[in-house]
Amino acid sequence: MAAPFEMTDDNVVVIIGTGAGGGVLANELAQKGVSVVALEAGGRYLPQDYVNDEWESFGQLAWTDTRTTSGDWRVAKDFSNLPAWIVKAVGGTTTHWAGASIRFQPHEWKARTTYGEVEGANLLDWPIDAEEMAPYYDRAEDKLGVTRTNGIPGLPGSNNFKVFEAGAKKLGYKEVHTGRMAINSEERDGRMACQQTGFCFQGCKWGAKWSAAYTDIPAGEATGNLEVREKAHVARILHDESGKVTGVEYFDTDGNLQMQRARVVCVAGNSFESPRLLLNSASSMFPDGLANSSGMVGRNYMRHLTGSVYGIFEKPVHMYRGTTMAGIVQDEARHDPSRGFVGGYELETLSLGLPFMAAFLDPGAWGREFTTALDAYENMAGMWIVGEDMPQESNRVTLSDVEDDFGLKVANVHYSDHPNDKAMREHAYRQGAAMYDAVGATRTLPTPPYPSTHNLGTNRMSERPEDGVVNRNGRAHDVPNLYISDGSQFTTGAAENPTLTIVALAIRQAEHIAGEMNRGSL
Amino acid sequence: MIETRSLRTLTRRQLLSRGVAAGAGLVVGSGFVAGSDAAWAAEMDAMKPETFATLVQMARDIYPHDKVGDRFYAAAVKGYDAPQEVEFAQAGTDMLDDAARQAGFDGYRGAGWEADRVAILRGIEDSDFFQRVRGGLVTGLYNQKEVWPIFGYEGESYSFGGYIDRGFDDITWI
Repeated sequence: MAAPFEMTDDNVVVIIGTGAGGGVLANELAQKGVSVVALEAGGRYLPQDYVNDEWESFGQLAWTDTRTTSGDWRVAKDFSNLPAWIVKAVGGTTTHWAGASIRFQPHEWKARTTYGEVEGANLLDWPIDAEEMAPYYDRAEDKLGVTRTNGIPGLPGSNNFKVFEAGAKKLGYKEVHTGRMAINSEERDGRMACQQTGFCFQGCKWGAKWSAAYTDIPAGEATGNLEVREKAHVARILHDESGKVTGVEYFDTDGNLQMQRARVVCVAGNSFESPRLLLNSASSMFPDGLANSSGMVGRNYMRHLTGSVYGIFEKPVHMYRGTTMAGIVQDEARHDPSRGFVGGYELETLSLGLPFMAAFLDPGAWGREFTTALDAYENMAGMWIVGEDMPQESNRVTLSDVEDDFGLKVANVHYSDHPNDKAMREHAYRQGAAMYDAVGATRTLPTPPYPSTHNLGTNRMSERPEDGVVNRNGRAHDVPNLYISDGSQFTTGAAENPTLTIVALAIRQAEHIAGEMNRGSL
Repeated sequence: MIETRSLRTLTRRQLLSRGVAAGAGLVVGSGFVAGSDAAWAAEMDAMKPETFATLVQMARDIYPHDKVGDRFYAAAVKGYDAPQEVEFAQAGTDMLDDAARQAGFDGYRGAGWEADRVAILRGIEDSDFFQRVRGGLVTGLYNQKEVWPIFGYEGESYSFGGYIDRGFDDITWI
């Protein structure tokens, strides 16, 4: 039974957003007896609601509220109002994610120290490290039921994986397997095993993939300590004369402005909406936006360098049959500057259905060069590149001149590749194509980055207040009862899919917040 | 979808006798455009049939798939046959015909070879008209469930219990 809390209840923790960060934090706090009001901009969709049709599902789940773009990234040209492919729903993008759950490599917590100074990059070490995070990763892997951890077997290899694996082995890659996936390879936690249905991006209709929507959120609600308010669009965070936050203004499902009082506010609206909210919460005390004395709110936007490689073969592959992300090569994830760049990248299989392949293979392209590739759709194998991109101060979220339906300025997302990003992407394209060539590809195609799903860094964690927005606990340097709880707190992006780390950080932050409340210091 | 009741009652011979061949594969008649084999026909609500035939040809030339029949391209651009869209489509195809005439052809459909038509399209590809038609085709053509099997895409599998017993790992050639 969901707890109803009064708008005037100033003892609640208000969490903005219910994805991997906010959704997990809400449950973890609720389990510890903390009263939580979670405000979610989207509606609630569960496995029975998910639609296994790419465009129809996109219409159901995607965050399509207007955003604007700038910078030299191709997304700004091809998808100018859609810089991100993320979800607006209870559970956030955990509905859409493919399930890849891998830990940062130890050195990636210390990118500045490991990589040295990189011109044009704003690298910084995280104030936390692998040893400190290890127990939280353990708990996150157990919560998500990650395969190849906790004695859980790996998923079986699909056609797309078998092509990928054979190519990788021909190239001499050693770390090739079907991934550490938050997808049940056997029944676990009351959720069934994967049926290789495809459409992981559209929400798992079996519930085999972990999503906060049907795990942490209902578990939190069952304690009676968590109230989730759907279709609540947050406008502004309020503060008092002492500089502490006191509540949150939001537009409810009927468009009426409401104000929920709060003891603590945790922002987890993703790397676009979280800085947008802080910037839209500017006041006479915080003229540059809330928690922005460093000027870093919105800066250092990272998205993983990404890109895809598709290979076409003489015979059918049927890559779309089975899990979207069916395997990984980790050999290139290491830091090895002899390759011409710092940091590393993962290669992960990927497939798109025909409708999305047409939209994303080479946006804007037409004619036979394009259509002959699609003619070979059945014989295609695909992979996605996930590599560490450099934080740059000029890659940033700012407030656009465009306003949303509520009269709030929308986020403008500016991104241009760093030379390191370009060098890494070219290397990854070559290696990916070589994998497919090694097993007889008749044609390989590099595909530009899709609208971003890994959005990171715009409220980054730093040891010193002048270098970032939040401290080692995700607590704003400037505002003692304000937290950032999503991927925007990432100091650097590492090469790994970010969800597992976001979840681990949320588990850790819940422990911290509950502890501070018990000690009376929150 | 494309075939309409009134036209379906016509025999192939009657249908073809009411129209004139309009370039490869298309017959334009009074108020309709049909395939030259009369296997399909689209009845116009608001648009001149000649304009629609040009749009269908343009759609095929933008995204040419030799195994995909004209009826799918016709379905993909049928949305322009609406009162609020006709002016846009007419102005655009007029521009396309002008470009073709400047290249020495009798209008766009008068350019008999694909290579010639593609060259004409390259000359207008930055126009709003071209970009909107092309952009619309990305969903208008490829999101027709009926074309998916032509590409070997089987779509959803949930209602069949997933692909776990339907070939997710059936590859033998690797």
